[in-house]
Amino acid sequence: MNKETLELIGGIIAIIGSLFLLLGSIGLLRMPDSYNRIQAGTKASTLGTMLSVLGAWFFAPAMVGKFVILILFVLITNPVSSHAIARAAYHIKVPLSPRTIVDKLKDKYSADSDRMAYKKKVKSETE
Amino acid sequence: MGNLLIEIASGITLLALLLGLIRFIKGPHKVDRVIAFDTMTVSSIALIVFISLLSGNLLYLDVALVYGILGFLGVVILARYFEKGL
Amino acid sequence: MKNHFIMFLTLLGVWIMLNNSLETSIVVSGVVLALLIPFLFCNHCEVFSQLKLNPKSLLYTFLFITTFLWELIKANLDVARRVLTPSLPINPGIVEVKTQLKSKIGRIILADSITLTPGTFTVEIIEDSLFIHWIDVKSSDLEESTKIIVKTFEKYLEEMYG
Repeated sequence: MNKETLELIGGIIAIIGSLFLLLGSIGLLRMPDSYNRIQAGTKASTLGTMLSVLGAWFFAPAMVGKFVILILFVLITNPVSSHAIARAAYHIKVPLSPRTIVDKLKDKYSADSDRMAYKKKVKSETE
Repeated sequence: MGNLLIEIASGITLLALLLGLIRFIKGPHKVDRVIAFDTMTVSSIALIVFISLLSGNLLYLDVALVYGILGFLGVVILARYFEKGL
Repeated sequence: MKNHFIMFLTLLGVWIMLNNSLETSIVVSGVVLALLIPFLFCNHCEVFSQLKLNPKSLLYTFLFITTFLWELIKANLDVARRVLTPSLPINPGIVEVKTQLKSKIGRIILADSITLTPGTFTVEIIEDSLFIHWIDVKSSDLEESTKIIVKTFEKYLEEMYG
């Protein structure tokens, strides 16, 4: 494999990755409520960034360590941050879109308006 | 040839950042702004990696990593602040 | 002690990959730092010791990673299809599912995998219930949705972490 071919493959992978990033942003604009925006934003940007970094690796094959760290870092932190912001959004009662058909979490929260109170109650029941 | 492809990919990523910025400005709720910020941070990592290839300075890869860590911490801290206050 | 050893290996691996070289000075300073840090800061690192190490669990780890990458690609094509369709075919809702995993790290990996697979992400975990935001609700029943969402990954994670 010569350098030209490697760069061609890497460039094509990078373009596919950036197209996924673009799709994520379009989803961010089009979706009706915060939760659906998280769905579109997180998934597309995770794979998009992973593919872009993978494509860039073909241009500098010696720096394998840093590219592996970058890919693993995006893969581990992105779901965590999206989960944190989704829980905060539900906690401060960001409205769900009118197209939502079922909300099981509402029953759990409406019994005790405060989430910590609910957790304490579950704990004291199990002990 | 390779550089041209990376330039095209950078252009598409910039367009994605621009669309994220529109949501960041419009965002009816503060949570929407944080989501847009998160998506833009992750896209910026890809853009910084492309810039490091185009400028031939691979030291920028460390900048991408640090930028990602700061963005992740920022989002988690904001989520905690919305939920419980500081 | 096992915690400290696994933490040491992780830190040393990250250090070498970050420096991207195997020079003597870098490896020696990495070993010293990776020995020092777990003893100073690692009072609650039990998360790492729940990993089982035998041939069967390694095989299941490999199978899990393959399944996970395939589901990640499927998830992205799914999002692409929904975003690009003009009528925006979504049918969202929050459903409850149950998990049988006991260990902390098993549940963390399960929740993260659910977040990255087609149309679902974890909003809240209370005891052994996970509350999932589903972009296209197929069933609001507890057993039915557990079967669809959780079972793909749970069978591998059960072998890996118990």
